[in-house]
Amino acid sequence: MDQFTIAGRTFNSRLMVGTGKFSSNQAMVAAMEHSGCEIVTVALRRVDIDNPQDSLLSHIDRSRYLLLPNTSGARTAEEAVRLARLARAAGCDPWVKLEVTPDPYYLLPDPIETLKAAEILVKDGFVVLPYMPADPVLAKHLEEVGVATVMPLGAPIGTNRGLRTRDLIAIIIEQAQVPVVVDAGLGAPSHAAEAMELGADAVLINTALADTADPAAMGRAFKKGVEAGRLAYLAGLGPQRSQAEASSPLTGFLRD
Amino acid sequence: MQLIINGKARDFPTTFSVAELLNQLGLTCGRVVVELNRNILAADHHSTTPLKNGDSLELIQFVGGG
Repeated sequence: MDQFTIAGRTFNSRLMVGTGKFSSNQAMVAAMEHSGCEIVTVALRRVDIDNPQDSLLSHIDRSRYLLLPNTSGARTAEEAVRLARLARAAGCDPWVKLEVTPDPYYLLPDPIETLKAAEILVKDGFVVLPYMPADPVLAKHLEEVGVATVMPLGAPIGTNRGLRTRDLIAIIIEQAQVPVVVDAGLGAPSHAAEAMELGADAVLINTALADTADPAAMGRAFKKGVEAGRLAYLAGLGPQRSQAEASSPLTGFLRD
Repeated sequence: MQLIINGKARDFPTTFSVAELLNQLGLTCGRVVVELNRNILAADHHSTTPLKNGDSLELIQFVGGG
């Protein structure tokens, strides 16, 4: 598949994978490997002092995957900036998936706080990939402050409901000067394919892989979905019509 | 001395450095990010930074997330 570039770094895979909610680290690693992804997201949380867990990072081959820390849990720009700086202090590349989600029920991104945090983090030298509502005007504002991608949502996080924001994402893709990564809500390979057919540069999935009996197989399925959608976009989809247009010749029928 | 670690007060009989605290808690250095009184403390300062009564620490690590 054709490569794509974020902030000067080139990737062969257009599928990014989140590492949350897997039944085991083995299942997570299997999903990552089979999906062919090169970027994986991780979160930052307090250590449970009374019950320290085995480190997630010991399961992730950092020579193979770019670690993309998110700022999940942040409700304000200030909290997001704090989390991003902590991730950088942990020795990560200064890349961050910026998430500011004050509403615990739908986890919808706060456009105002996201824009504020993006501006601060870009000035601080971060490569910022903001999770955002599928709002073309906001995408432009985020571009103006220097984000590396925009990441509009297909549907709320973890809902597996697909590309509910399709028409708005189409506008974002039409106008974007940075890669468009559809994040959140994609629950099936067909959803990923649909986003890619529309011209998205990449997609990010997590729940769809973690919430299945066979994460490795689902990883392969999404890989194929993303590749199919990308190839179809590059080839150019045929126009839709309201009336039938015969595929077979309309002459030479065996009739009197 | 008393330290506030991840929001909870804990008492220790002696004083020591950040590195020694991590060691006592069984946390491998390098895998945990430390914030001391809201300032990030780089790993190469863990062994040279003494803790004092009333210090507040956040010990953070990477976990799975989307």
